[in-house]
Amino acid sequence: MASDGGVVAASTTEAAPATKPVRRIHVPEKLRNLEIFLLLLACLVNAGAVVLVQLGAEGAVDYGQVALLGAGLSVLVIGAHIALRFVAPNADPFILPIATLLNGIGIAEIYRIDLQIPGSTGWDSTAVRQVVWSAIAIIAALVVIIALRNHRVLQRYTYVFMALSGVLLVLPLLPGIGKEIYGARVWIGIGPLSFQPGEVAKIALAIFFAGYLVSRRDSLSVVGRKFLGMRFPRGRDLGPILVIWAASMSVIIFQRDLGTALLYFGLFVVMIYVATARLSWVIIGVGLFLGGALIASRVLVYVNDRFSNWLDPFSTTNYDAQGGSYQLVQGLFGLANGGLIGTGLGQGQPDITPLAQSDYIVASLGEELGMAGLFAILALYLLFIARGLRISFAGTDDFGRLLGIGLTFVIALQCFIVIGGVTRVIPLTGLTTPFLAAGGSSLVANWIIVALLLRLSDTVRNQPRLVV
Amino acid sequence: MNRELKRVTIVILAMFAALFLSVTTIQFFSADALAGDSRNARTINNSYSNQRGAILVDGQPIAQSVPSADQYKYQRTYTNGPLYSAITGYYTLDQGSSGIEDALDQELSGTSGSQFLSQLNNIVTGQNPQGASVELTIDPKVQQAAYDALGDLQGAIVAVEPKTGRILAMVSKPDYDPNVLAAHDTDSVIAQYNALIADSGNPLINRTLNGNFDPPGSTFKIVTSSAALQNAGLTEDHQLPNPALYHLPESDRTVQNAGGGTCGPGDTVSIKTAFVLSCNIPMAELGVEMGQKGLTDMAKAYGYNSGFDTPIPVQASQFPPLEDDATLALSSFGQASVRASPMQIVEQSMAVANAGTIMQPNLVDDVRAPDLTVLKQFEPKTLSQPITSVTASTLSSWMVEAVNSGAATNARIEGVSVAGKTGTAENGTGDPYTLWFTGFAPADNPQVAVAVVVQNGGGLGESGSGNEVAAPIAKKVLEAVLNK
Repeated sequence: MASDGGVVAASTTEAAPATKPVRRIHVPEKLRNLEIFLLLLACLVNAGAVVLVQLGAEGAVDYGQVALLGAGLSVLVIGAHIALRFVAPNADPFILPIATLLNGIGIAEIYRIDLQIPGSTGWDSTAVRQVVWSAIAIIAALVVIIALRNHRVLQRYTYVFMALSGVLLVLPLLPGIGKEIYGARVWIGIGPLSFQPGEVAKIALAIFFAGYLVSRRDSLSVVGRKFLGMRFPRGRDLGPILVIWAASMSVIIFQRDLGTALLYFGLFVVMIYVATARLSWVIIGVGLFLGGALIASRVLVYVNDRFSNWLDPFSTTNYDAQGGSYQLVQGLFGLANGGLIGTGLGQGQPDITPLAQSDYIVASLGEELGMAGLFAILALYLLFIARGLRISFAGTDDFGRLLGIGLTFVIALQCFIVIGGVTRVIPLTGLTTPFLAAGGSSLVANWIIVALLLRLSDTVRNQPRLVV
Repeated sequence: MNRELKRVTIVILAMFAALFLSVTTIQFFSADALAGDSRNARTINNSYSNQRGAILVDGQPIAQSVPSADQYKYQRTYTNGPLYSAITGYYTLDQGSSGIEDALDQELSGTSGSQFLSQLNNIVTGQNPQGASVELTIDPKVQQAAYDALGDLQGAIVAVEPKTGRILAMVSKPDYDPNVLAAHDTDSVIAQYNALIADSGNPLINRTLNGNFDPPGSTFKIVTSSAALQNAGLTEDHQLPNPALYHLPESDRTVQNAGGGTCGPGDTVSIKTAFVLSCNIPMAELGVEMGQKGLTDMAKAYGYNSGFDTPIPVQASQFPPLEDDATLALSSFGQASVRASPMQIVEQSMAVANAGTIMQPNLVDDVRAPDLTVLKQFEPKTLSQPITSVTASTLSSWMVEAVNSGAATNARIEGVSVAGKTGTAENGTGDPYTLWFTGFAPADNPQVAVAVVVQNGGGLGESGSGNEVAAPIAKKVLEAVLNK
């Protein structure tokens, strides 16, 4: 792999995407044809899910709603597909259909819970808002993929993204626009709209980490003292990880958001490990976070509650407590009610669980689609992640590869934190399930990740020497 | 960089493996346990749309769910509710359940593991799930006879086949009508429930298995004699001093025989005579002679201090650790802190009737799916073997003699050899006695073992006796079995 200087040199001399490669190995049409086939399949499944929800819950089909909830998303993603044919013809053909399918299943389940809430029509319907947010998110993704013809441009703005992520993180704490919802201060509100800037911050952070680590990898990896067969960094090189750690801890303390802190810190540790190949960074990172979390669980009541709810959710004390394990236990009851094959869409009782449309969408889907359905959803995520990893493995420049693993890992880790929280693998923290959960900021952020991965994959396949 | 990417890939795979595992654990392995949690509103809501299975006696439903016009779709009804209330228990929409309704709830509601295939079939065919029906071992004639025989007295009766453990009758009085708790009007159900709870007769408690148990009195002499014959190696002619007044060891309290005199003529009396005439003083002496361990071990072998499922759970009868020899002496004839359920007392007769082996008392023959295929069959099962067949046969002959010419003569049946033992237990100065009878018939080929307890002195305060009140009731139950 090229050295630091080499990458920068390459990025300046690299042909713009408009320049055709000398020799084509792939026929892009085949990729795009596969993509449109899978996309249509995903759209069909999504519309079918809405129909099943109506049959299950109401016993009759309302074609107007099916058109609104199913077709709206379909038109936009097919538009995205057409755009890809022109601006990124070599992009990965699986990423867009998987994101579409997850987004559509999410809308169907959100709509299903809407049916249990009286007065959920028009703008008061979470499902309708989710469709509108999906449209905004997909348009945002389109803007990114059309405007960003070469991902290496991003590297030039490494420190701009650093500043951006800092601002996004601090925004919810500012008086006036910051809002506290369910105890966590991670929202900003402008008029009736709420937004979670932290969701977008994860992308800015991934770009910043990738750019920073590519330029600093040598001093972070080569120099240092050997101890127990591992090379540990010098004291002064510990600066960056300490800064990120401090930032994560302040998220825990000031925004009361354990999940986001874990997400950012996990992202940084994985990226610094991949960049430097030093296991010592992982050990230092995990040690710092566990230490911080341990102290937080002793000092901060809400962290301590999360742990005791996790360890013993069924005890009467935890179950009845304010902010106790009621939600966690109801989610488990829902999952158990689903069993192996689920109650069927529209036929379960997911609305009993609080936040069944957002944080607990996985429990809702698990109840109505069963273990079989959750396995399918987990498999979709794994497939999505596998495509991302593939980009990282096959990439030709270190910045792109690091960005690829960063964006992929952030999706994987977010799935693990939220689904693991719902299913009691780890303590429950409030995060959204990518693509599925109700929430505009999360949709926008994750669709931008889709755009970036598509752009990266197009670049990878555009290299004539690489047969993937 | 590829080596690091591979490792990150492995970490991601491990994270997802954990998710797959946790989802499987929750939705497959612990799904039944979660569905059974009393806080699970989904289980209750689901139960509304399921047709709950019936509870059958001799093929006829005593509890069943019939279609109703309201949102709950089915109404639970009990035929002869009071007669079977101790067995069926009650089933409310959201105020809990008891008895067989509670113990076999998963089968009746159709959510047990063995009904998985039919659940699958229901989902595919779109039919509403239907619960399994439960066929009881109860014999309706014996149940009715026992119910009538106890009349308005407060107490309980249990009759069991000693060779199989099948329970033929189970009655607890005061009774109640479970229909009033099956109503769909929650307010009325709560009011009725509170009234039943407030009732000083505690009708909701099945006294054969649960509640505040009574001292077993002289029925415990079966255990004391078993210890003497079996563990202490004494013969039935072993002689004990025969005073009219016995001073408890290291205590200034005294003990008398029922009636006040000596136990028959003579300075000494044999264990057998003491048993047949049901004398307290020789039994107390016998207990002290054998020592604390001898009696405690035998009580435990008979099942004291441990429970089991019929499948309604049986609360353990109590034989607490003995503090001193005075307590040992009193415990030897079923007083002090010894407390026994009628189920425990019938087990004592069952051991004697069945060559020393207690078959586990059981209420359910089988569980059948709606298409009548048998989902679960209950086979006779040994609960314990406290004594050998030799000891059992000796005790059997003593119990026959007690009925023929001893302290249990009111259980005599013309032409049948009945074995029996009475008990008249004291509950403290001024409190009415608890009156017991346990026995089996025919003695040479036992078809049924029975235990009867009458609480509150049977209305006779401190003047009644087991032979006077409980033995005639038991006789009617035995006759109901033998005259079939």
